[in-house]
Amino acid sequence: MIEVKKLVKRFGLKTILKGLDFTVQPGEFVALLGPNGAGKTTFLRILASLSSPSLGSVQVAGYSLPNESAKVRARLGVVSHMPLLYPDLTAEENLQFYARMYGLQNQAARITEVLGMVGLEARRRDLVRTFSRGMQQRLAIGRAIIHDPEVVLFDEPYTGLDQDASEMLDEVLRSVAAKGRTVVMTSHDLARAEDLATRFDVLTRGVIVSSGSREDFKNSNLLDFYKKALETHS
Amino acid sequence: MNQPTPSFLKAVFAIAHKDLAAEFRSRELLSAMLVFSMLVILIFNFALELDVKVRQSVTAGVLWTTFAFAGTLGLNRSMAVEKDRGCMDGLLLAPVDRSAIFFGKAISNLAFMLVVEAIVIPLYAMLYNETRIFQWEFIGVLLLGSIGYISVGTLLSAMSVQTRTRDVLLPILLFPVAVPVLLAAVKASGGIVAGLPFEEILTPLNLLIVYDVIFLAASFMVFDYVVEE
Repeated sequence: MIEVKKLVKRFGLKTILKGLDFTVQPGEFVALLGPNGAGKTTFLRILASLSSPSLGSVQVAGYSLPNESAKVRARLGVVSHMPLLYPDLTAEENLQFYARMYGLQNQAARITEVLGMVGLEARRRDLVRTFSRGMQQRLAIGRAIIHDPEVVLFDEPYTGLDQDASEMLDEVLRSVAAKGRTVVMTSHDLARAEDLATRFDVLTRGVIVSSGSREDFKNSNLLDFYKKALETHS
Repeated sequence: MNQPTPSFLKAVFAIAHKDLAAEFRSRELLSAMLVFSMLVILIFNFALELDVKVRQSVTAGVLWTTFAFAGTLGLNRSMAVEKDRGCMDGLLLAPVDRSAIFFGKAISNLAFMLVVEAIVIPLYAMLYNETRIFQWEFIGVLLLGSIGYISVGTLLSAMSVQTRTRDVLLPILLFPVAVPVLLAAVKASGGIVAGLPFEEILTPLNLLIVYDVIFLAASFMVFDYVVEE
């Protein structure tokens, strides 16, 4: 579903991604872990076609970037720590706007379905600026899946959420994954990543240094796996 | 899996409709543009000698100065709303040609500027006792000038919004580039107020149309590169 080979990203003289290889099978839930400045967000922005690779090849859902970026974008949902919502529009109007931007048919039915999925049906006519951070993040997930994408990218979705909101977000993420979507999530919250993901990749200094599934560290835990990966490549 | 894709025009109107709906709720942008325009008109009214001859010669200049500065306020704010909450990424993620974002934003920016003009023109007529601005030709020039100014302004505001000094940078970038449009608009509308024959205002009018076409075409072609990271 995602195939990245020898990806290099440079900003001026600084090289952020240094020949990164990354493959995700359909239906996998990959947690992309790594310290601040490792290049996780840059990598996700390239997968989302928001940034162009300097070198290397990137394929998402069978289409290559940046040449077929519109086809990739039609099959992709993105949730970042920013909600990408308009505060002066209602929840329903925000979803309606994005449904139009994706050219959806039967918009009203899909909006109702998505609002139900993220638990915001009762607040559909409320302005987004009256929403808590947790509610905004749930609506952001609704925005990202409104067009039923094959691949969903989550960039630090738990940033700024309290415990209750994080638990609600867990449920929404589980329901997205349960529908067979391919998910890539960056997070510093190892406990949550361990709970949700099926595969764990550690990205540091612009390359993936370690990759493993739950079975690979069943006798230890994700924290040990993560620390070991960083220590080995420090 | 076959994913639906929006038509270009539907995406353009979705963006314009979203901007107008959000502004209808908040009234942040229009109220700032209107208050600013009214203050400029009032200040000019006190500052200038308003005998008939002077009034006739300053009308076009005063109005276009007012609209240019008010328009800059609107352009800055309109793009800042997208940038500050990351919504520009939301627009860029849509599976549509990115020039649709330019046209959508340009249509809403133009609508805001035309609303301001529709309110300021009668106010100007009242304060300056100048009724010759209520002519279809004058309104046509206002429309053409606004289209040119907004098209280049929307493009430059998409560039300047990515910098820390966006509030200062936009007028610095915009005014030199928009000079041909503003000069042609001032000349054409000044000629109409002065009652010059149509042949005499034809040259600035043609220039205005040519600049509109050039600015729209150039913005359409380069917008993708401007918003690319």
